[in-house]
Amino acid sequence: MAQHPKLSISGLNKSFRNGQVKVLSDINLEVADNEFVSLVGASGCGKSTLLAIIAGLQESDNGEVLVDGAPISGPGIDRGVVFQSYTLLPWLTAQQNVEFALRETRHDPKEIADIARRHIELVKLTRFADAFPSQLSGGMKQRVAIARALSYRPKILLMDEPFGALDALTRGQMQELLMQIWQEHKLTVIFVTHDVSEAVYLSDRIFVMGLNPGRIKETIPVPFARPRASEEGRDPELLELQARVLRSIREETAGHDVH
Amino acid sequence: MKSQTLGKASAPRRRKSLLSMGAEFPTTTYVGIAICAFLLLLAAWTIVARLGLVQPIFLPSPLAVVAKLIKLAQDGTLGSDVAISVYRISIGFLIASVMALATAILIGAYRFWEAAIEPILDFVRYMPVVAFVPLSILWSGTSDPQKFLIIWIGTYFQQALMFKDNIKRVPADFVGFGRTLGMSDLRVLMRIVVPSAMPQIWDTLRISLGWAWTWVTLAELVAANSGLGYRITVAQRYLQTDMAIGYILVLGVLGLATDQIMRFLGRQFFKYEKRS
Repeated sequence: MAQHPKLSISGLNKSFRNGQVKVLSDINLEVADNEFVSLVGASGCGKSTLLAIIAGLQESDNGEVLVDGAPISGPGIDRGVVFQSYTLLPWLTAQQNVEFALRETRHDPKEIADIARRHIELVKLTRFADAFPSQLSGGMKQRVAIARALSYRPKILLMDEPFGALDALTRGQMQELLMQIWQEHKLTVIFVTHDVSEAVYLSDRIFVMGLNPGRIKETIPVPFARPRASEEGRDPELLELQARVLRSIREETAGHDVH
Repeated sequence: MKSQTLGKASAPRRRKSLLSMGAEFPTTTYVGIAICAFLLLLAAWTIVARLGLVQPIFLPSPLAVVAKLIKLAQDGTLGSDVAISVYRISIGFLIASVMALATAILIGAYRFWEAAIEPILDFVRYMPVVAFVPLSILWSGTSDPQKFLIIWIGTYFQQALMFKDNIKRVPADFVGFGRTLGMSDLRVLMRIVVPSAMPQIWDTLRISLGWAWTWVTLAELVAANSGLGYRITVAQRYLQTDMAIGYILVLGVLGLATDQIMRFLGRQFFKYEKRS
């Protein structure tokens, strides 16, 4: 069997306003099966735009996006997305939100309730299965969103700063949970973040994106065994790598306004 | 309720005047003040009428008005007038709301239809409803359809634009989420966008229902032989000021009651919005 990379992007460009503003320039990258990669970079580098293009929610000017060797045409259930903003449907409970996705992706009606229950359990929210989103904390909402995106078994999970709106403590717990799920369930994940420490904790490889125009500036492998220590207690080599990623981003913003 | 506990907690420490800016006090105090204001108004009316400062033919006493209303309720006039007006507002409002919602979905979701339709809505919206009354009589006489037409002109254009706004406020990521599930545009609209906007749409319905009361009354004042508005013109013709004032009060109560019913239903339908 010929081994395709799970995701492959080649020669991709993207501009806004009829080509006046170039946001992504000549993007080429490959992601292997079961690999966890992060896209990091300063705001405005186009990392979220790139993710939206992979999701099929935005169109590129040219270039190719292949999933398992086949070009994508628009969004599809082979790619699940967890958005930064909360996208749980407010009139449905946590359980029903997962069921909604399963129903829309045409799962066997007899299995829907059971699959949803198992995924709510996966993100450790069984006690809150019947709670409405308005009754859940930000972290819980994102856990349901992860459960929902995983429930219909997409080939690739796309996450757009999913923990960006959470407080530091919750973010740490979410990262740990995501790692657990990733290790147990063999997922291919593309994770957008501006938090270097988060990228280092989670990723197999980090794509550092440059500014003006947005491009893949550098690919940095993170060859450290898991579980990795989060924040405190990281060994010097890991911290050195983290500093290197940060330097790489800073080089880009030098001379630009940094927010 | 937060304001209640805050008010109670701070009361013993320093007694702030009820009249100071931003003063907080318990709900019971609030209701008390509201009732007192009402009673004060009623008392002023009674005194003016009793002292004969104004002739009863211009301003009858509150008691006379109530007595007249009771008499009209007993002989069935009030009941049938309310029934016919409620019927007219129900049909007119229903037609306007359904059409406005369909229009709003179209112009809220499709840029093409927005460009084609919204400027027209905006233009018509600024034409005074009352100016359409003669035309409406020309077109549909003095029958019920003329009442529906006036209610429709008065509410449809406003509703369509407000509903559109409600729909536009649904976050773009909700649409994105639906698309990643492979849902069609129409399905995303009907299963995600419209349900998401529903609490706001309901609020728009409640507000526009209040306006619809004005339009049904207007239509009945000008050309009708039944209904609350019609009875007020009859009262004017026979100098029955007590009946005119009584019916205006009834209209106020009906408007208030429908608003409260809509609020109550909204709370029932959209319970999921509340934190608990």
